[in-house]
Order: sequence, then structure tokens, then C-alpha cells
Amino acid sequence: MENLPINQMNNREVLLEGRNVKKYFPIKEGLLSRNQKFVKAVDDVSLKIYKGETFSLVGESGSGKSTLGRVLLRLYDLTSGSISFDGVDITSIKPKKMRNIRKEMQVIYQDPFSSLNPRMKISDIIGEPLEINKIAEGVEKHNRIVELMELVGLDPTRMNHYPHEFSGGQRQRIGIARAIALNPKFILADEAVSALDVSVQAQVVNLLKDLQQKLGLTYLFIAHGLNIVRHISDRVGVMYLGNLVEVGEVEELYKRPAHPYTSALISTNPTPNPRSTKEKVILKGEIPSPSNPPSGCRFHTRCPFATDRCKNETPELVALSNSRSVACHYPLV
Amino acid sequence: MSEMTEIRDVRTSTVGLKSFFHQLSKNYVAFTAFLFLLIIHLAVFLGPLVWTVNPEAVDPINALAGWSLEHPLGTDNLGRDVLSRMLYGGQITLLVGFGSMLFTVLIGGLIGAVAGYFGGWIDTILMRFTEAMMSIPNFFLALVALTVLGKSPFMIIMVIAFTSWMEIARVVYGETLKWKESEFVEASNVMGSSPIRTLMKHVIPQVIPSIIVASTLGIAWAILTESAISYLGLGIQPPTATWGNMLQNAQQYIWTAPVLGVLPGVAITLVVLAYNFFGDGLRDLLDPKNSRK
Repeated sequence: MENLPINQMNNREVLLEGRNVKKYFPIKEGLLSRNQKFVKAVDDVSLKIYKGETFSLVGESGSGKSTLGRVLLRLYDLTSGSISFDGVDITSIKPKKMRNIRKEMQVIYQDPFSSLNPRMKISDIIGEPLEINKIAEGVEKHNRIVELMELVGLDPTRMNHYPHEFSGGQRQRIGIARAIALNPKFILADEAVSALDVSVQAQVVNLLKDLQQKLGLTYLFIAHGLNIVRHISDRVGVMYLGNLVEVGEVEELYKRPAHPYTSALISTNPTPNPRSTKEKVILKGEIPSPSNPPSGCRFHTRCPFATDRCKNETPELVALSNSRSVACHYPLV
Repeated sequence: MSEMTEIRDVRTSTVGLKSFFHQLSKNYVAFTAFLFLLIIHLAVFLGPLVWTVNPEAVDPINALAGWSLEHPLGTDNLGRDVLSRMLYGGQITLLVGFGSMLFTVLIGGLIGAVAGYFGGWIDTILMRFTEAMMSIPNFFLALVALTVLGKSPFMIIMVIAFTSWMEIARVVYGETLKWKESEFVEASNVMGSSPIRTLMKHVIPQVIPSIIVASTLGIAWAILTESAISYLGLGIQPPTATWGNMLQNAQQYIWTAPVLGVLPGVAITLVVLAYNFFGDGLRDLLDPKNSRK
């Protein structure tokens, strides 16, 4: 998958597509205030995720990547735009029908401690999706749980234990077993390895890659560890302040970033070589507030190359090549 | 862990009641309280089958008699057998305590959980109602309600429950708000669970420890309220005995026959205390982190 020629990328089937997706959270103010303010967590994002690929979203905290992931799964209602999954428009689908479609789209959570009910046994946690969707009962359910535990590298004899008896990495495997129990097509891994030690991160990421091959999964991987993203992804989307600023194939994007923000992000990523003399681009200031974003290009307040045009004119996400799009007036490549 | 020990482990954990008592016996205070409550309940509910003296049979000649074989705990001012009255009175007091607690938890738990979980206007209506109820002095409300509605044990249970569910509603409301945002609740929604199922399977079980503590305190509160109401003469009416109205009856004889007041008083205190200790132990026991160590 990773080494597909660029021109073949466009022929692949789209699994999940968001068009002009916006998610604004209203800010509550005094009773009498007329002007309702909004946090523009996701502002006009369009993206396609192809069957069988791993698409990663990266960006600073507060860039809206987790919100985008949740909106795409319709865990949040969207403010405007549309979403389709596997050819079906799910933008304004009824909750009951959505429950049916959710079987195909599951989530692996960031915190392996708060994502498992502390009062349920492992067998009940992994068996829960089977029970809710009436897929298996009794011996059949038991066998499926054993099979799932083996698949994610857990000892099935421990199925009657409680979550607190497992380590962080093991708990994350329990979360993964639960997510794949329904044979979904699509999995949102929301910072799925960020809470783990680096050595355990690698194990879990490799498990995710194995499962992708065995089960034909498509991942939306949200992370801030750039090395992990490079290891697991096929394509990467870079988010800044609710906008998607660059999308491209992983190696190309890492080697020759087109957006100044991507370039800054990648240059600050630590490398294992202590003699590396690569220049680091240190950004000025903090990420601005999403309730009052800068005019024009949202990055202009921190961009080393900003001009007057950037202050006034919002750049669109345009294709640079078959596999690369960037939202910048002056792309670096 | 080897296969053999694992199989044994699974078996002991599935024999629920046996392992429950095994775990309980490790907590000496809770276990003692449990045994004490067991003995009291057996004595009160089965004792009258053995000690068949009529608690309402008056015998003025033998009034205020001391302890004897005929009357092991003596007699009161009308010559009624005190042991028999303690047993029959205990039945009503314990029933009122347990019954009130049951209805208190049902009403309070339901209102708190629904308000917290569904939020929005349901939350506003239910919690403002709860606060309105809290602002009424509930003891006086209970007295008024009993005067109007009558004084049967069932009425007393209902009146106590309807005037004391607010505390539990607030506790359950707070806990529900906290847990409904947790990731495993969202995960359950992602898996296709209906809101009611998620509430029952994931939110309520987290709230149960607080409910248990609140309900043991509730039993204690109900027993004390019933005693206070009876003491004021608005509770269960004589000649039917309860520990509360026995206490009221005894106050005139506090210097001549102090035992008449001490017996129901000590019984109320010990039962209330035992319920509190037992509730504490039960809460620890239901936490999976404390078992299997």
C-alpha cells in the first residue's frame, strides 16, 4: 500500500469523505448579550480517506484534530458541511440509523484508564459490542472473545480479570480488541498511543499495522508524535487552528514540506542523531484563540514569510501535484 | 499464571455469595455489624414465634415490675411485657427504616440519574424541584402530612421517603454528571448502545457505592425520624409498640424505671450504628480494586 505510484492514488475507492465540514462550539455569555460567540474548532475542512489506508492528522493541541475526528464519526453534530461514509450520506442521519452505521466505524481512545469501565470484567468489556448488536451469545460469544484477545496479543485466561489488573499497554490492547470486535471497516485512533511509554507505543503501533493487514482496516490516526506518524501513515494531513493546511503522502511531506507550518513542525521533531545540524524553525508566540482567529491566512501571525497578502486573503487548499495539496499563497515547493 | 490456578480462580469468583461472605469476614467491623444486624432481625421477626406473650395485654397489678422469669425484661406502666413489646416494636421500626430507605433511594436515585444523564430542560425542571423540596423544613412537612393523611406504618414510610429523597438525588446527580462524560460511556455509544442501556450499564454501576453509603445513612435517618415522630405522638399510635413510642412512654418513669427508656434507646442507637458500619464495608467490597488481593 505504502509504495503505490502517485497516479494510482486517485483511482482508489473513497471510504470517508468530509466536504466543507465546520464545527463551531457556542460560548455562553451573559443573559443579555446579543452577539453569540463561537469557538471555531473545525472551520471548512474537506478531506477524503481512501479504503485501506492510514490517514494521520497532526497539529498542535487546540488545532481541532480530535474534534474533526469526532465530527467525521458523527459523535458531534456538525455546524455545516456534509459527510459521507462508504457512499452513504451520514450528515443528518437519524440516531437510530447512525447506530447501525457505527458498527462499521469504531474508536480507539487515548487514555487506556478512562476508556474502560473499571467495574466490568475484560470478557464483558470485549463482549459488549457483540452483546449490544446481538452478534453472538453463550459459547459462541466466549469463543469470539478468546479469538479477539489472542488476536491483540492478550492472554485469554485472564478474561475474568478487571481493567486495573492490567498495564497501560495491555489496557490499550483491550480497547483495540473491543474496537475490532464488530469487524469495522474504519477505526478512529484518537491519540491511541500518546499516553504510552515509547517502547510500548511501538508494540501497539505494530499491532495496529498487523491488524490493518489481516482485517483490511482503514485508520484515521490522530497523533502528535511525528515519528510514530511517519512510521504508520500512508498520508498525512496537517491542521492549524481548525484548518487543514497541507495534505500529502507521508515521505514526500516529511522530506519536502510545502507549508511553512508543516516545515516548522517537522524541523522541531527530535531526531536520534546527536550530530544533526539541521536548522530548527522556532515559531513565535502561541497558537491564537480559535474564538477569534486572525484574518486572512490564520498562520500569518506566526509565519516567517508572511506578507500583506497573507493578512487579507485566505488561501484555499489547492493541489500542488496529484498527491499533494497546500493552503498557502507562497508554498515552499 | 498457570492454567490450573486460573481455573480455580475463576470458580471462586463465580460462587458469588460464598466469596462475598469470605471477603466480608476480612473486614472485622463490617462483619461484626452484619452479624449483629442478622441477630437483631432474626430475633425481632422470628422471636415472637417463640415468645408468644401478647404485647398489648394489660396487667396493672404487675405494673413496672422488675426482671423475672415471667417477664424477662420486666413490665411497663400498664403491666405490658417489655420483651414482647421490644420484639413487636422492633418489627415496625425496622420495617419503617428499611421501607423508607428503599423508597428514598428509588425516588432520589431516579430523579438524580435522569436529570444528570439527559440534561437540558429535564435537568432544569427536576433539579429546581429538588431544591424547592430542600428549602421546605422536611420534619414539619412530615408532621403536617401525617396529621392530614393518617398514621399507618405505610403512610409513615411514604411520608419519610417523600421528605428525604433530595439528598440522594443530589449525590446521584453529581456522580452521573461526572461519569457521563467518561470515555467508556462514549465508547459504549460508539458501539451502538442506546442511551438507556448506557445509563444502566455504565453510569449507574459507578454511582452504586455512593448510593449504598447514602442508603445506610438513610435507614438510620428513617429510624430516627420515625422515633422522633412517634415521640411527638404523631407516629404509630398506642397500643401498637414501636421503639420510638416506647421511648416516649418511658420518659415519665425515667427516675423510677430507667430501664424502660434505656432498652429502646440502646436498640435504636446500636441498629443505626451497625447499619452505618455495614454500609461502609459493603461499599469497599463492591469496588473491584479491593477484591482479589
